[in-house]
Amino acid sequence: MIALPLWADVAVSLLVLAGALIALIGSFNLMRLRTFFERVHAPAVIATLGCWCVMVGTVLYFSLQSHAVAAHGLLIAVFLAITVPVTNIFLMRTELFRARLAGRDVPPALSGSGEGRKAAGSGEPVAQRRNS
Amino acid sequence: MNPVLSYALPAALVILVLAMGCSLVPVLRGPTAQDRVLALDCLALNGMLLMLVLGIHQGSGNYFEAALLIALLGFVSSMAMAKFLLRGEVIE
Repeated sequence: MIALPLWADVAVSLLVLAGALIALIGSFNLMRLRTFFERVHAPAVIATLGCWCVMVGTVLYFSLQSHAVAAHGLLIAVFLAITVPVTNIFLMRTELFRARLAGRDVPPALSGSGEGRKAAGSGEPVAQRRNS
Repeated sequence: MNPVLSYALPAALVILVLAMGCSLVPVLRGPTAQDRVLALDCLALNGMLLMLVLGIHQGSGNYFEAALLIALLGFVSSMAMAKFLLRGEVIE
């Protein structure tokens, strides 16, 4: 294993520690916040800033150690940037759907289609279909 | 390995394990099912970061594949669970 110069060591250490601390902040807020719609924002900071900090540290460390650009770590960051919003959107729609079913005070569905049909539309599209 | 990295990397590992513990609490406690799914997604993210830091600590690039697998499986599993909670079945 090649010993890295001091500035690279300090930079990698700072990036990795910052990423770990951001992950701790996000997870702690996931535990702390009260409602689901507040809670769903907490892990986003892990997927963006925390993941990018650790990823840049990894790329820097392996690039300096192998004397070549080791950019394969960016693959995970790009993958997470694509997938985490999709998961979060689905989870938020799930919570909205279940809150409408339970009759809680959430905004109604804009259209009669999709998951808001059963709850907020109160069966209007079904009634229209039966009449025609 | 220089002393800076040899102190910082175990500290980062301990902090990430603490973060995994923090996100394990809503998995066990969470009042609704989607809270648990959200916390499991967060747990997978923390585990992926743990694998990457472990890869730097051991100086081996093999942990990268484990991290990529955890990210993939975390996405697919939380997607499937969210789809099931939303529609009642996974593949329509």
